[in-house]
Amino acid sequence: MLTKNHITASCTINNGVVIKDGVKVFENTNTNLAGFLVSIYQHFHLNYPKYYKMDNLSKLGWLTAEILLKDSFNPNNYQPEEIGIVLANANSSLDDDIKYFDSTKDIASPSLFVYTLPNIVIGEICIRNNFKGEHAFFIQDIFDAGFIAQQVNYLLDENILQACVCGWADVLEQNYKAALFLVEKEKGDGSVLFSKENTDSIFNNDQ
Amino acid sequence: MKGLNKIAEPEVFVVADNILSPIGKTTAGNFSNLKQNISGVKQYHKAGISSQPFYASLFDGEESFLKIDAGNYTKFEQLLIASIGDALQHSGINVADKKTVLIISSTKGNISLLETGEYNDALRKRIALPTSAKLVSEYFGFTTQPVIVSNACISGVLAIITGMRLLRSGQYENAVIAGADVITKFILSGFESFQALSPQICKPFDSLRDGLNLGEGAGTIILSTNKKYGQNIKVKGGSVSNDANHISGPSRTGEELAYAIKKAMEDAVISAGDIDLISAHGTATVYNDEMEAAAFALSGLQAVPLNSLKGYYGHTLGAAGLIESIVSTQSMKESLVLPTLGFEDMGVTKPLNICSELLPGNFKNCLKTASGFGGCNAAVVFGK
Repeated sequence: MLTKNHITASCTINNGVVIKDGVKVFENTNTNLAGFLVSIYQHFHLNYPKYYKMDNLSKLGWLTAEILLKDSFNPNNYQPEEIGIVLANANSSLDDDIKYFDSTKDIASPSLFVYTLPNIVIGEICIRNNFKGEHAFFIQDIFDAGFIAQQVNYLLDENILQACVCGWADVLEQNYKAALFLVEKEKGDGSVLFSKENTDSIFNNDQ
Repeated sequence: MKGLNKIAEPEVFVVADNILSPIGKTTAGNFSNLKQNISGVKQYHKAGISSQPFYASLFDGEESFLKIDAGNYTKFEQLLIASIGDALQHSGINVADKKTVLIISSTKGNISLLETGEYNDALRKRIALPTSAKLVSEYFGFTTQPVIVSNACISGVLAIITGMRLLRSGQYENAVIAGADVITKFILSGFESFQALSPQICKPFDSLRDGLNLGEGAGTIILSTNKKYGQNIKVKGGSVSNDANHISGPSRTGEELAYAIKKAMEDAVISAGDIDLISAHGTATVYNDEMEAAAFALSGLQAVPLNSLKGYYGHTLGAAGLIESIVSTQSMKESLVLPTLGFEDMGVTKPLNICSELLPGNFKNCLKTASGFGGCNAAVVFGK
């Protein structure tokens, strides 16, 4: 597919390692997922009280977006409606679904129920960054970079969006992986063309 | 820029559709019963779902949706298969064509399996939406990769917009878009925990509205860019926005839904004065309906005839955007808009023209909106 859009930043979180723009920026392999996520939060000196009420999928996606956008994104370049988010994963919100359903055996927890939708992580990233544009959550067996590129390039090429955060965020119990891409129309330092091949290459670079 | 692109983009036509609900098994059957003011919502006492009596629109437990042995398919998958099968029957669409894509919309799919099965990897795979999409795709013999949309209560409208764009881009010529959700303890207990359920048939936009009803159902809409359908109703435009405000409460101003409406109308190359009918989300919760009224006022749509179908179907979640869009296109075909069952006394602070009885007329363009958890809003325009 022909594209003229660019991946201007990327961040992956997988196997206890955080990679920003191809460089390992944090590693902690000596703990479980909850401990790993909070260690990322602390390492990057993040301060966002809402973080603590999120489920693990929202925490993972939100942290990945924080590191993706830090020092790489200038919100002043865009109106809130010009920035969107397109995400996918394999397990929807099943990690939180299981926890919510366990709660119903005692008293159903509204604070767990609200996270039983995969797009809540998009909402959390939008609230944090005041992104108000197009967004969508797709469920895929495995990451389909070609489909994501087609969707995001359409939104950018039709001028529906001017910038888009896209990629993958998946959590199920102790298994997790996130890979987010900032896609913009202008080239930046170290940016690469937003193609299926480049997207797959970054997605798989953390193994 | 946009104008130049539009010239190259093909128009998207509605080829066929189906509604499978407690009200009826076909679009025509549903519309015929809706005209007689028949609602699927009633009171249930089902200990397996809730310890309390509740109002919802549910299939009777004993119904069979498929003529074949349904043993391999869950209720969720049976609903999708039955709905898609009926819609395809009237369509002439070749599902095996590389130019035909299947799009599935659902919020919770097979989540009810968590209630009865011991959680293990096999159950995880059975719950996963790609498993259902694969089973449905193989049942009909689709040859392209199915697309699955799961974006809370805008899933159905977003699935239609996704299909419209996939066709406009030229990647596919036909899109079979189907949505379904099944109401069991998981979903009902969640809305109960939010105190969001009405203890009666819900009352959209009414001064005494006190919450929503849940509903089960499936809807299928088939789209094509093939010019042989040129006389059919079109999907003219669509847009999605986010409130960036709260994950479980709607925008305080309605500005973000109004933005989606504005962009959908721009995409359809029409203005507010061209909209003849609004199919609102209208869940009958206090905050949703007030937010929507604010958005319609901001959009200059306060005089346009509007309905909410939640008093008939309840909130059918991932199917809602499809079912309600199909009813609206049927209204355009039959020149007859349905009332808002449950509405009596204006209960939002911005003026709206809410249909409270059958309204005949010529309806050329219809706006369908939806909003949901995660701050999501979507708007789509259907037109003649």
